[in-house]
Parts: sequence; C-alpha cells; structure tokens
Amino acid sequence: MNKRTSQRIAFGIFRILGISVVGILVGILGFIVYHGVGAVSWEFLTTAPSDGMTAGGIFPAIVGTLCLVAGSLTIAVPLGVMSAIYTTEYAGNGRVIRLIRIMTNNLSGIPSIIFGLFGMALFVNRLGFGDSILAGSCTLGLLVLPVVIRTTEEALKAIPDAFRTGSLALGATRLQTVGRILLPAAFPNIITGLILSVGRVAGETAPILFTVAAYFLPRLPESVFDQVMALPYHLYVIVTSGTDLEAARPVAYGTALVLIVLVLFMNLLASFFRKILDAKKG
Amino acid sequence: MKPDLLRCKRKGFRLFAEALFTLSGTVTTVVILLIILFLFKEGAGLFRSNEVEKGYSLCVHASSPVERLSPAQIKQIFDYETEWIPFRLEDLFDRYSEEELGKDYALLPGKLGEEITKEPKLVAFVPTQYVPTGLPTVRVLPGSRIGWLRFFGGKEWMPTATPAPLFGVLPLLLGTLWVSLFAILIALPLGLGATVYLSELAGEKMRRLLKPAIELLAGIPSVVYGFFGLVVLVPFLQRTGGLPVGETALAGSLILAIMALPTIITVAEDAMRNTPKALREASLALGATRWQTIYRVVFPASVSGISAAIVLGIGRAVGETMAVLMVTGNAAVMPSSLLEPVRTIPATIAAELGEAPAGGAHYQALFMLGCILFLITLLISTAAEIISGKSFYNKKGI
Amino acid sequence: MIEAKNIDFYYGDFHALKNISMKMEAHTVTAFIGPSGCGKSTFLRLFNRMNDLIDATRLTGECRIDGADIYHKSVDVDELRKKVGMVFQKPNPFPKSVFENVAYGLRVGGMTDKNRIRQRVEAALTGAALWDEVKDKLKKSAFELSGGQQQRLCIARALAISPAILLMDEPASALDPVSTSKIEDLIHVLKKEYTLVIVTHNMQQAARVSDKTGFFMLGELVEFSDTKKMFLNPEKEETQNYLTGRFG
Repeated sequence: MNKRTSQRIAFGIFRILGISVVGILVGILGFIVYHGVGAVSWEFLTTAPSDGMTAGGIFPAIVGTLCLVAGSLTIAVPLGVMSAIYTTEYAGNGRVIRLIRIMTNNLSGIPSIIFGLFGMALFVNRLGFGDSILAGSCTLGLLVLPVVIRTTEEALKAIPDAFRTGSLALGATRLQTVGRILLPAAFPNIITGLILSVGRVAGETAPILFTVAAYFLPRLPESVFDQVMALPYHLYVIVTSGTDLEAARPVAYGTALVLIVLVLFMNLLASFFRKILDAKKG
Repeated sequence: MKPDLLRCKRKGFRLFAEALFTLSGTVTTVVILLIILFLFKEGAGLFRSNEVEKGYSLCVHASSPVERLSPAQIKQIFDYETEWIPFRLEDLFDRYSEEELGKDYALLPGKLGEEITKEPKLVAFVPTQYVPTGLPTVRVLPGSRIGWLRFFGGKEWMPTATPAPLFGVLPLLLGTLWVSLFAILIALPLGLGATVYLSELAGEKMRRLLKPAIELLAGIPSVVYGFFGLVVLVPFLQRTGGLPVGETALAGSLILAIMALPTIITVAEDAMRNTPKALREASLALGATRWQTIYRVVFPASVSGISAAIVLGIGRAVGETMAVLMVTGNAAVMPSSLLEPVRTIPATIAAELGEAPAGGAHYQALFMLGCILFLITLLISTAAEIISGKSFYNKKGI
Repeated sequence: MIEAKNIDFYYGDFHALKNISMKMEAHTVTAFIGPSGCGKSTFLRLFNRMNDLIDATRLTGECRIDGADIYHKSVDVDELRKKVGMVFQKPNPFPKSVFENVAYGLRVGGMTDKNRIRQRVEAALTGAALWDEVKDKLKKSAFELSGGQQQRLCIARALAISPAILLMDEPASALDPVSTSKIEDLIHVLKKEYTLVIVTHNMQQAARVSDKTGFFMLGELVEFSDTKKMFLNPEKEETQNYLTGRFG
C-alpha cells in the first residue's frame, strides 16, 4: 500500500497549500475590512482631509479617482472598441493581425511604472498638459487599452457568423453590419470590459504619481488641467510620508477599505454581468 | 442627382469610418513604439551628459598631475578620503565677505584663482561662469561624458551626489532580480500546490467558489498589498527576526509572492484542467492512482501552461512598483542578504522621478532604468508567449 | 466470469440503466449494441469503475467478477483496473514514446526491472499485432503512428499489465475500414486469452466478432443471447426493428 500512502501524503500537502493560499488572501482582505470598517462613515466619504491628513475624510480623493476613471475610459473605450472591430471584422487573418495581437499582449505586460514614465515624458512635458487630469487620464487610458480591446474582441468573436452572413446577404455593407448588428449584440459584453477597466484604473498608483496625483489638494478640480488627489496615491501618502503616520492610521485603513470595496465591487459587477449574459445565451 | 449625392455621402462616411477602424487597429502598436521612442530618447540623453553636474567645472592647479577624474574618484576627493583638498563655492564664502567678492560676484573668479594658486593640492568645484580665465596657474579639468560601462557596471547609485552623481545600475538591477527571484521561490510551491488542489482535489462546488475568489484577488490594488505589508508583515519580520529594520528584501519577496499567486494559480489551473480527459481516463484505466495520473500524465501534459504561469508571475513581480517601494526599505546597495533593505528599479523610478529636474542627468538616468525594465518585461512576456504556444496539444491539434 | 445483477444507474436524476442483469463467460466476446445514448457505454464502464470519476452518480445492484463484488468497500480500484483493461473510442496515447506508452501501466504498477519491462512491452506489442510495425520506432512519439496503429498501441498498453478482461468502447469507430478489420482480427486472437466486452454501434461488427450480443435501448437490456441467434432470429420486435434499420 506504499503508493496509497504517498498519494495520501501528496494530497494532504496540496490540500494544506491550497487552503493556506486562500487563507492568506482572505486574511489580508479580512484584516483591512476589520480595521477599516470603524473609520468609514458618511462624513469620511464626504469631507476633505484635515489636521495634516490625520483626520477628516477622503472626499477629494474619491472625486479625483472618479474623474480619472471617467477620463481614461473616454479615451480607452472608443479607441479600444474600434481597434477590436478592426482586428476581428476587417483585418482577416494575416501577418498584420498577428503583429497587432502580439503588441496588444505585450502592452498589457508592460509594468505600470513604465506608463508613468511615458505619460510624464509625452503628456506632461512634450505635449505640455502639465500635471493634470488630462495627462493622467491619457496615461491610464493607454494602460487599460488592452483590457478593452480583449473583452471587445471576445464579445465580437462570440457572435455567430450567421449574423454577419445574414446581414451581408441582405445587401448591408460591412460597416452597416458592424453598426446595426454586431455592436448591439456585443454591447453587454463590452460593458463588462468597461467595468473591469474601471476597477483597474481606480487602483493604479504608479502611472499617476507623476502625471496627475496631488499630495494634498482639498478643493475639487475645475478643469481637465487641474491636478487631483486620487484614492490609491492618497493611501500611499498617508502611510509613508504624512506628518504623523501613527495618527493617520485609521484614515489609512478607511481609505484602503474604500479602495478595495470600489475595485472588488467593480469586478463582482463584471462577473455578475457576465453570468447574466451567459444565462441568457444558454 | 439627389440619390447620387446621398450615396456619395454614405460612401464617404463608410470610408472615413473604416479608415478610423484601421487606424485604431494599430493603436497598441503605435503606443508601444511611442513608449520605446520616448523612453530611449530621454534615456539615451544620459550618455551625452557630462559626469560633472551641468553648469559646473572642476579646476586644479596647473602643476597638478591630475588629468581626468572618474565620478568615483571625485566622490572620494570630496568625501575627504584622499590627499587632495576639495574646494567648493561655500568655502570661498567662508573666507571672503560679500564686499570682497564685489558686485554680482565680479571679483569671485580672481579670488578663486588666488586660492588655487596658493594650494596646488586643491580641487575646486565651481559654476563654469566663475572659472578664472587667463591665469597660467589654473587648469580646468576636461569634462567627460557618462559612459555605458559606468552605468551598466557601476555598483553605486547616488544620483544626487555632488559634484559628480554616481549612476551605477547594478545594485538596482540585482535588487529587482533578487527580490523577484525569492518571490517566485516562495510563490511557486504555494501556487502550484493550490493549483493542484483546485484543479484535481477540490470538489466542483468548492472550485466554483474558490476560482473566482482568487481571480478577484488579482484585482486588489498593489498599494493595498503594500499597506498590508507595511503594517503587518514589516513589524512582524522585525520582531521575529530581531532585525534593526523590518523593511527588507524578504518583506518585498513575501508581498510579491502573495501578489503573484492569483496570476500563477489562474493560468496554471487552466492549463491543468485543459489536459484532455481521454489521457486521464487512459491512465486511470491502466490502474494508476490519481496521484500517479497527476504527476505522470497531467503535469507533463500541462508543463508549458504551467511554465507560462510561472513566467507571467515573474513578470508581475519584476514590474511591481508600489508594494515593493513601501516594504523593501529602498537602500541602493548591492543585495547580499534577504534580511537587509534593497531597492528595485521600479521603486527607484517611483521614488526619485518626482525630485529629478526634467532634462537633467538624474531624470535621464531614471528613463534609462525604465528602458532596462521595459526590455526585461518584454523579454519575459515574449518568453511566456513562446512557451505557451509550444503546447504539445496545440501543435497536434488534439 | 462477469456477472451483473439488477443494476440501476443514475446520472443525477437521469435514470441511465434500468434493472439490468447479465452474465458473461470467460474467454468469450460479448458485444453491446443499441442506439446512441442507450446506456451501453455506461454499462461497460461499470466493470472497471470508470463511472466513479463522474460526480453525482448513483449505482444499485450487484456487479461481480469471478464471484467478488467489485463495488465492495475493501476493493482497491486501481488493482481492479489492472485486472480489467479498457480501450477507448478514440485512440488516446500519452504524449510519450511508443515504448513508454506501453510501459506506463507497468511503471505505475511499481515495476522497475528494465529487462522485464522490455520483455513485457515486446510481448504486449506482439499481442496487439503491432510489434513488426513499430519495433524500429519504439523511441518515436506515439503521435507519429497512424490512427489504427495508435489504437492498437492503446490495446497493447492495456495488454501489458496482463488483465483478465478487456473492455472496448467502440474501439474502431474512429478508424478507417482497413484499420478496423485489423482490430477485428485482433479481437478474434485475443479471445483465447482474455474475456472481451465490446461496445459498438456497428451491427456487422458485432455479428463478426462476438459470441453473445446484448441489445440496449433507453437504458434497458432488451435482449441478450447468442449473436447468431439474435441476428438471425431475434425474440423481440424492438431488436428486429433496430437490426433491420427501421430506427437508430
């Protein structure tokens, strides 16, 4: 029964490893939630930081993050959707398409700090946007471009070819087929990609360090050329370089919780959306 | 005429829209090319900069045997580690009053000349505009450009040192690899163990619960992981290890390992589950136990997918910025132990770019670091692509 | 001898096998025929407990091999599967060399003596009428063989661990006519040493290779008798209809 024993030992180890991984990840979440829940209140969400960011709320950071989310999606969604339309509906299956696909893959593998560097060099300095919502949104927009492209591509590929041939057979042009048949059919899936992008954009810190994020700016932005505070950067600041790190801890836990809830909520929403769509199809 | 016009308009719109699609299709390619262009353009400027700070010169006595000084030698001199006497503008202000230096410091070059003439062992670091001219006793050292070899082979990173900053990339590069290597060594057994558990052992219900949960955790912002590391892991390591500081390479590796886990598990699990059912059945039908089937059939069959997962995990670790910045202590020294602070390339960029004036040598050096990081990650993602494309089953169409 | 008594089998709520009883003698070939989804494959997979791998299944009744209940708690499933070999519908060689494919069962069974393994592999390949074709490419990947050769390799793989019974689940359905006839020839030879149970959707094949035939429909064993008798003079009308191609 030697091999039985070795199987039992191996499976036991795997079970322990598997459960401990889940345990670690859940533990981190639980830790933040446990400590953060006390700090979050209506006031926390709706007032500006005060007392050297050791008290008050995170309202400007929330607004800033929302601005960046809106800005980056305004850039990434049209570009990404059109790019996906080109690769799935127009480009055929040649060498060009393979190159594009490899490039999209590579783009999603580039570390976010590189986007920060690039955004600073191009948008902040070369194009003269300065540290601004505009520069930050452009940078983040490029960062999530692969996400938008990939989900849109998947959505378009999932549409049965019968839709295309049916439309073309009725004398519609390819463009009309895209506009009237394919995009409406793919729309719900595209929304899913959009939600995922929101989660990604909201959580990124490195790309906004040098393109938009303000250390402390209690007022709200007035134009796209203003700097803003952002949730992830705010968390970084109050745990590493605030005036009184210990006093700022509750605020930090609260900020981390808000950030996690925002990001996880977006991801959950996306998978929920996907499930509904799958159920509809099935 | 009218329908013709309408058709023309329509056709025009169609062509316009299709051109727009085509253009957008190339957007990722364009972005990558732009990233390369800007990173390398800004970074390459470094090798056209002088080693001595911009706008400054080094002067010595004409009889001085000194010909050329490397940044490291300059640093030694100005740290008073040699027989040479360093001399800065501040030293001149200590010796002379404002009046003696004259209006707009017009007399400054003269006084400086006097000092250099008096002391043959002096090495003076002054703004180029104040260098005394026409004095036979004063010689200006020729400036040399920052060299490739000194950048890639240098063991010291002191970008704000004056008169000559040190841009040695080795400690940062090794720091990055060091932290990532140990992160993967920690993540590998955990991740693969969890993968086997998920794909082979956990029941269908358990799997349906855990898989999305783990995928979800890949979405937690890195700054949150960094925060957790800072408030939990760092104090814990300091206490249990009796360390002077808890911000160490080990803390970085641990956090990176945790962050890489979801990536590794998701990709490797897909690979293992994609092993054809027919192979598993064949193995079991021959009397192999489940464990024998896993390690003799499922592992070999999914080895390319599992390797791709590992490579992707490494990629995530190498490029990670915020979490590492927060927990590794950021000392730019050659890594020698896991229990000492280190500094990685992304953390360096994040920490220093804000203070580096645009266009300066420091700024350019940080872009050069960006180039290095870019190349490393490009290498990694290409490797992942090649590995996962090599799958046995893809080729054989089974 | 294989014996099934009052077998009922469920996939979740689906009643896949309904009260089936059957006896199969040693050194005979028994064929199961019937329309697809009739339960013949499910029934076959009971005898090496491959159905255990599927979640939410339920079995009642008795299943005996040489008098021993194979679903008894004390039965070691791996050992059972060594005694009851199986060949699947599609050739499913491992992504290993020809030699390693056949040696696999021996190795997982704990055999380490290289010489013995070599002998057994040769014997198994000879037994599967494949030795002459592959003796020069034992080190080559199994995927380089033709479909028919791959299937005989899978048979050799099953033979290598010296089973008493060989279950074949539509072993020739994915093969061309020439390969099919080679497999059928092989079945005639194997009969001398093994008890064979074969599922097929090809009635001519059942008629050619088997001694007894069971006709399944909608989870029930409609008729079970000598092959000759069934094909010449079936008892039930459903069998008659199926054999004459009126449905199925």
